[in-house]
Amino acid sequence: MKNIVALIGLTLCGLSASAQKKPAPKPKAAPATAVASSAAIAEGKAIYTQNCLSCHQADGGGVDGLNPPLIKTSYVLGEKPRIVKVVLNGLQGEDIDGEPYNNAMPSYDFLTDQQIASVLTYVRNSFGNKAAPISAAEVKAIRAANKK
Amino acid sequence: MKHLLTRYVLLPSALVGSLALYALTSKVGPPVPDADNAGLKLPAGFGALKVVETGARTRHLTITPQGNIYVKLNRPDKTGKSILMLRESSGGKAEVAGGFGNYGGTGIAVKNGYLYASSDQEVFRYKLDAKGEVINPEQPEKIITGLINRRQHESKSVALDNSGNIYVNVGAYSNSCQIKDRQKGSLGQQNCPILDSAGGVWQFRADKLNQTYGDGTRYATGLRNVVGLDWNTQANQLFVMQHGRDQLHDIFPEMYDVKQSALLPAECMYALKKGDNAGWPYMYYDGLQRKKMMAPEYGGDGKKEATGNFIDPAAAFPAHMAPNALLFYTGTMFPEKYRNGAFIAFHGSWNRAPEPQAGYYVVFQPFKNGKPAGEWEVFADNFAGSPEKVASGRADHKPCGLAQGPDGSLYVSDDKMGTIYRIVYAKK
Repeated sequence: MKNIVALIGLTLCGLSASAQKKPAPKPKAAPATAVASSAAIAEGKAIYTQNCLSCHQADGGGVDGLNPPLIKTSYVLGEKPRIVKVVLNGLQGEDIDGEPYNNAMPSYDFLTDQQIASVLTYVRNSFGNKAAPISAAEVKAIRAANKK
Repeated sequence: MKHLLTRYVLLPSALVGSLALYALTSKVGPPVPDADNAGLKLPAGFGALKVVETGARTRHLTITPQGNIYVKLNRPDKTGKSILMLRESSGGKAEVAGGFGNYGGTGIAVKNGYLYASSDQEVFRYKLDAKGEVINPEQPEKIITGLINRRQHESKSVALDNSGNIYVNVGAYSNSCQIKDRQKGSLGQQNCPILDSAGGVWQFRADKLNQTYGDGTRYATGLRNVVGLDWNTQANQLFVMQHGRDQLHDIFPEMYDVKQSALLPAECMYALKKGDNAGWPYMYYDGLQRKKMMAPEYGGDGKKEATGNFIDPAAAFPAHMAPNALLFYTGTMFPEKYRNGAFIAFHGSWNRAPEPQAGYYVVFQPFKNGKPAGEWEVFADNFAGSPEKVASGRADHKPCGLAQGPDGSLYVSDDKMGTIYRIVYAKK
């Protein structure tokens, strides 16, 4: 736990500069954040282990018919708002790339913007995935738009 | 559709051929185990073969007295069929002889000249002819309809008794009836409303059309999800295998560590009487302490025992292994100790992670006079392919269904690769 807090601190420092430069999110990440920082990846892995691993598994492969894989799916690699909203709102009853997964994913809106950014950056750059990182500012804007 | 009609118009002439073939193969002698016993690890004297590799999502399976194998698919296959019919070819193997039905599902059973099969909200039946073949595959009778299907725990597994009743699992569409399903810290809903129409086993008549909840009886409640169930003719009683609740640590990390969460709760076998309550979601069974524990969603703290009139399990097995099939063995091929005992197919765990996964095997629970007697043992192992594949959960095959052949062979279906196994005992 202490490690996570330390990592959050580190990552916040690293990302706050770019976040300030670009407060309004754009679909494409700004060049400054195009490559995921190792700190964000490390923090993201810790958050993944704590919150995601029991369903999506250590290798991101999910569970047949129950919990979707996070390996090269359109959800993981696609537009940022959709995957951020899955974390914020949870997901149930939707097929992922044509496959049904019947478990319910709860909401993880208790995670901070930075934690969601880091865990999704980790997921988008692990398990064979390669996609642009997600910043805390982007999560913040999506969260604001997500509120009814 | 047209193809099927053509096939059945042509049936009489084809039948002559297949009957001749059957007569020939039945003279070939007993089934021949594969050189590697189909990759399985079995007790001494047993052998196994791969009957057929369908590549489909084969859930439960059943076998007619004539030896025809019917397999229920979780989703229709590439040709749109959701029930496969297999016919024995040679050496104990079989080939896909036909398919019908356009609805995915799990349950399938043969009883008194009918084939019963379920979607995730209905149960159908098909009349069988004297050869054990479905007479009208495109026009089944719908005997039960309108059962709840909200994706989670959707399998409507079935079993029949000897008094004209059919028992149907209606799994709870929830992990533990929280206000917010699987949400960290969310408490349980008071008087869990799910139990009105799910989280139990319902009893219906096996021969009455279009029954829904009002026509049936909630036979037993407080059962989270029962994928494997079977009628025990010695005890004249329904036995079920419950899938125990998930994610104690994820939801209540301050009460359960990762290891406890992997080892709790037990996967329980229950012997049911009408009106029984097995306690979900208010309790779970701790197989290590052998106690009924109050669920943390309902005031439990990992130490408080449950209060309430809940039945005890008849037997308890390690956590999270997902018992997907239960079969009481009534054959004579296997040695005496197996007679009237229970085989259970454990599909394999997932929410033991990050601890190693477990299961992916068929176990045997000895019975005496209709009650569990003695310790269970692993009967058929290595469906996964290796111990590493068990630990990671990346199993090659996942046992899902069990059936007994007319000769007493034990058949196992796998819904990962669609392989059908046949386990035989080779007499000394």
